Amino acid sequence: MTAKIFSKKEWTQALEELKQAYRVFAPVKDGDFHTFMPLENGKQPDFDYPNSRLSPKSLVYPESERMFEFSLDESDSDAYILKEAPKDFSPQAVVGIRPCDSHAFQIVKRNFDNPEYQDPYWVQHFESTTLVGLGCNTPCSTCFCTEVGGDPFSEHGLDALMIDLGESYLVKALTDKGEAFLNSASGGNSADDAGLQKAEELAASAREQIKVSVPTDKLQDKVATDLFEAPFWEEVAFACLNCGTCTYLCPTCWCFDIQDEISGKRGDRIRNWDSCMFPLFTLHGSGHNPRDQKHQRVRQRFMHKLKYYVDKYQDGVQCSGCGRCVRYCPVNIDIREVCRKMNEF
Amino acid sequence: MENPYLPYPVRIDSIVTETEDRNLKTFRFVFINPEDEEKFAYTPGQFAELSIAGKGEIPIGIASSPTEKGFVAFTVNKTGVVTTHLHNMKEGDVMGIRGPLGNWYPWEEMEGKNVVIIGGGFAFTTLRSSIIYMLHPDNRPKFKDITVVYGARNPGMLLYRDELAQWEQRDDMDMHITVDGTDDPDWKYNVGFVPAITEDKITSADNAIATVCGPPIMIRFTQPVLEKLGFPPERIILSLEMRMKCGIGICGRCNIGDQYVCKDGPVFTLAQLKQLPGEY
Repeated sequence: MTAKIFSKKEWTQALEELKQAYRVFAPVKDGDFHTFMPLENGKQPDFDYPNSRLSPKSLVYPESERMFEFSLDESDSDAYILKEAPKDFSPQAVVGIRPCDSHAFQIVKRNFDNPEYQDPYWVQHFESTTLVGLGCNTPCSTCFCTEVGGDPFSEHGLDALMIDLGESYLVKALTDKGEAFLNSASGGNSADDAGLQKAEELAASAREQIKVSVPTDKLQDKVATDLFEAPFWEEVAFACLNCGTCTYLCPTCWCFDIQDEISGKRGDRIRNWDSCMFPLFTLHGSGHNPRDQKHQRVRQRFMHKLKYYVDKYQDGVQCSGCGRCVRYCPVNIDIREVCRKMNEF
Repeated sequence: MENPYLPYPVRIDSIVTETEDRNLKTFRFVFINPEDEEKFAYTPGQFAELSIAGKGEIPIGIASSPTEKGFVAFTVNKTGVVTTHLHNMKEGDVMGIRGPLGNWYPWEEMEGKNVVIIGGGFAFTTLRSSIIYMLHPDNRPKFKDITVVYGARNPGMLLYRDELAQWEQRDDMDMHITVDGTDDPDWKYNVGFVPAITEDKITSADNAIATVCGPPIMIRFTQPVLEKLGFPPERIILSLEMRMKCGIGICGRCNIGDQYVCKDGPVFTLAQLKQLPGEY
């Protein structure tokens, strides 16, 4: 596979040209935070960033997505019959995604693309996407990717990986999609040994910087009903506001709602991100609600990520260690502490 | 790419008001594209999403049997936005059905066994599907004794009253109709709660499987009766309800532990439920 080194200026120029073939998304400074945005209308990428506040999951799984459209006009022969909404599945490239967020796509893929059912929207958005990662030279204090099967320089799920060498980027193709992307980028020189050597050193140094310990080794052998009945859930949930920030920011939270919206004599069926933090999420028509208490909803979130998912897929937790929920929870609920409690219970 | 969220267009063929409070109606649907009927091949115990453009979808158990051709039927309780709208629709109106969804009653396991069916209130719909299915001449020889206990609050709240009366007359099944109470002096069936009638009428758990559908309070009091009769949890079958959206185990809201009621259920044995968190 191709590996090239681009000066930073060359790389920005190359991305500009790649917009001919791809819808190119990259982190753009947006107020105090970075957000993945399409590089259009003069938007400039800024790869000197810790991570985006919102995860890039919305590029494959939009917060709100039209599924179907319909007419409510009785004079139309197809009134009340749902039709597929037109979609743009042309190639898109997400450039500068952190390895934890790429790992997260692989975690949620098991849900959206399973042997029985394929979610056509997620699958087609994902297939049209080329993921160009950016190794983390300086992980944040809230990062714990190495504890949940990841790595600050992990290539897992990526089509290409960028490494910031200071004045330049080393860009390595990892898949055919990544190779095609890199071959479409003009400029750059074949990577030399010095560049590759420096990348190795940066990776080793990044790994060293993640000191936190979040053991997950005993979760699989626990009995789910025992953990469910554990005495600590009310305490864990005590300060929770059920605001849903954690699920909104989480790259591995996938729950959605389906709603119809109408405007005059036409309408759309839309799916929207939803959250297990909200009581309406499970409210029955009868008024019965299996999770009407706050601690039940908080327990559901952690049990799903750290036990039910583990049991269902037998391949690790439903968390990529990005640390967003830790960083942005308004009452400092910390999944790393909850995970320790569950693992030690 | 196949889209599992796209409903089949259907037309409402007939509407029957089932109960005296007019809160339960049975809707028969005919597929607008005849080939969709074959694609909608179902087994008793499954459910589907009824879809009304502009209102949304609701998961409802299939009340017709696959042995009944040319239509599918659902009995719907008027509760929320979609069901209230549906109750105001008329014959000939166009809407959608998405499915069939979920698993079904364990028919292979029930073959060669005595089948006990216990239902209460408007949870009798997939049990009606099951009874029609078992009584079909092609299927009846596969099962031994069929015993049904079905109760409602009063005679006017029983579903499928004409069929109940016919089943009562048959000699190839034992039908026990009951009501919690009635002031009708001509009422010729049982009076009493479903658990009590079950205890009275079901005498043996030998080679038998019991399927129970009803309100939570009925299930709670029927379960010890069945256990006393000697039904092990593996041979007590329950069908659960849950708020659902996708119906295919993807949208994430109807889980009990690591099981999704929409895809891994709605039919579970009591033995399976005992392994799961009691969050339903």
